[in-house]
Amino acid sequence: MKRNRIYHSRVAPWIFVGPFVVSFGLFTLWPLLQSLVLAFQQTFGPATTRWVGLRNFEYLIGDPLFWQALGNTAQFTLGSLFIQLPVALGLALLLNRPGIRGRGLYRLTFFAPSLVGLPFVAILFGPIFEKRTGLLNAGLHWLTGGAWNPEFAWMQNYVMSSLILAALWMYAGFNMVYFLAALQNVSKELLEAATIDGCNAWQRFRHVVIPEIRPVGGFVVLLSVIGSFQMFELSYILLNNSGGPDNRGLTVVMYLYQTGFLTGDLGYASAIGWVLALLLMGIALLQRHLNRKYEDN
Amino acid sequence: MIPTHTLRAVIYGLLIFFSVLTLIPFAYLVAGALKTKYDFAATLFLPSGDGFLGIGWDRLTLRNFGALLFDFPVPRAMLNSFFYSAVHAVGATLLCAMGGYGLTKLHFPGRSLITGVVLLSLIIPGPLLLAPSFQLLYQLGLLDRYAGLILPGLTPAFGVFLFRQAMLRGVPDELVEAARIDGAGEIRIFLELALPLVRPMIGAFLLISFLGAWNNFIGPQIILQSPELQPLSVALNNLRGVYGTDYGLIMAGTLVSIAPVMCLFLLLQREFISGLTAGAVKG
Repeated sequence: MKRNRIYHSRVAPWIFVGPFVVSFGLFTLWPLLQSLVLAFQQTFGPATTRWVGLRNFEYLIGDPLFWQALGNTAQFTLGSLFIQLPVALGLALLLNRPGIRGRGLYRLTFFAPSLVGLPFVAILFGPIFEKRTGLLNAGLHWLTGGAWNPEFAWMQNYVMSSLILAALWMYAGFNMVYFLAALQNVSKELLEAATIDGCNAWQRFRHVVIPEIRPVGGFVVLLSVIGSFQMFELSYILLNNSGGPDNRGLTVVMYLYQTGFLTGDLGYASAIGWVLALLLMGIALLQRHLNRKYEDN
Repeated sequence: MIPTHTLRAVIYGLLIFFSVLTLIPFAYLVAGALKTKYDFAATLFLPSGDGFLGIGWDRLTLRNFGALLFDFPVPRAMLNSFFYSAVHAVGATLLCAMGGYGLTKLHFPGRSLITGVVLLSLIIPGPLLLAPSFQLLYQLGLLDRYAGLILPGLTPAFGVFLFRQAMLRGVPDELVEAARIDGAGEIRIFLELALPLVRPMIGAFLLISFLGAWNNFIGPQIILQSPELQPLSVALNNLRGVYGTDYGLIMAGTLVSIAPVMCLFLLLQREFISGLTAGAVKG
């Protein structure tokens, strides 16, 4: 009996948590600590390292490519926030109307693109953005009855708009699922009470629906910002494994990849990684702060 | 006030409009996969001709799929993708479920510390770990090997977080205590009591993990160099680099790459969406 109790309190927990702790420690915590060391080193491939102190960060501040990548990434993120999320909410509101027939089918249709996966979306959109024969230009030509013959060089002159468009196709339905779930949780009694009190549709939306779905909204915004800031595959593949003309499609993670794995400087890549991490943590803290402030009011 | 039937017509109109917009790239993909290189450049969707509906059905071809099957390393890449995704999904689900159980139902010193570290690590952006993980895999001699791709992904903090939530909500402490008093061992309680109670989370997490591995690009791109090890995402991008102008071939490759995931999802749709929104809405 006593041996049994010792087994329960000492050994059994580690049978369950042990594999996880070992793997997590080795492949998450150790690299995390190592990234702090690497950020102060210059490396030539994974084997040769040289201590450079704060010079990585000094160089980063004056690195025009890094700032360009950050600007591009911010542009992509804002595009996702201000185009994709309103579309997602709009689709959710349409589907949330009572008595819509075929709701499941519409939801499945809108959601399907997010199953395709970023690398395959990027490959699929390659011919769509093609200048001469691409679907987008040809579609615009067809829509205007042949009057207009656009030859937009999407992947040369409108890189960020194109990437935002591809991401819109892929993620609008994904975010819609969150909004729809939130909308379906809005209390029916509250809506009825508002109607009896003489609120019109807009007032109900503004004063009942919005406050009720706000927590999920905040979650979706944060998820979108964090995801968009780490965008890599879309621009990397659509721009043929490069930053595109004048690096117009270079993102932060792409720059990290180029410095770390093409140039071979894992140190500088880690410095970029830390700036990205601190930026995202800052955004998460800001979101929490705004959230608290809202709830206090 | 807008009449109800007008409003309904507008709503259905918008839904159909957006559905068509969503489906166009899929139609483009399927039609493209069935066309020759020449027809791909000449026609947007299906080539015109004198067949039914004015479409040249006889010009559609399966040659692209034949080429993928026999001339390019796509079957191998597909096997690689299946292997990597399946091992990743099962392994990550098992380790995260075990971790989630241990952190909620068993008492031991260091439990709250481990829980805290795991929850804190949720905010680490993945790209930060790319460079140090690459160095670690180099030191361990795991570069260009499947172990190097699979092992680092087996313990996502997100997974432990999800299973911890599921265990807290779905597995009552009293039930676990009762089973212990009845003399059941921890492993038996885990397998026969806890796991069945969190079954929906297991389904959802298996699917999410499988999808994540299937669509992973940057990991295999960095870790695997040998062409015969590469999964579909990387292999197809390399194929595109060489045969980039043969869009029919590329579209066929994309189609066979996304088809398995689409089928899997259609089979398990319910579990997936419930798992996706569980953390967000109820939490």
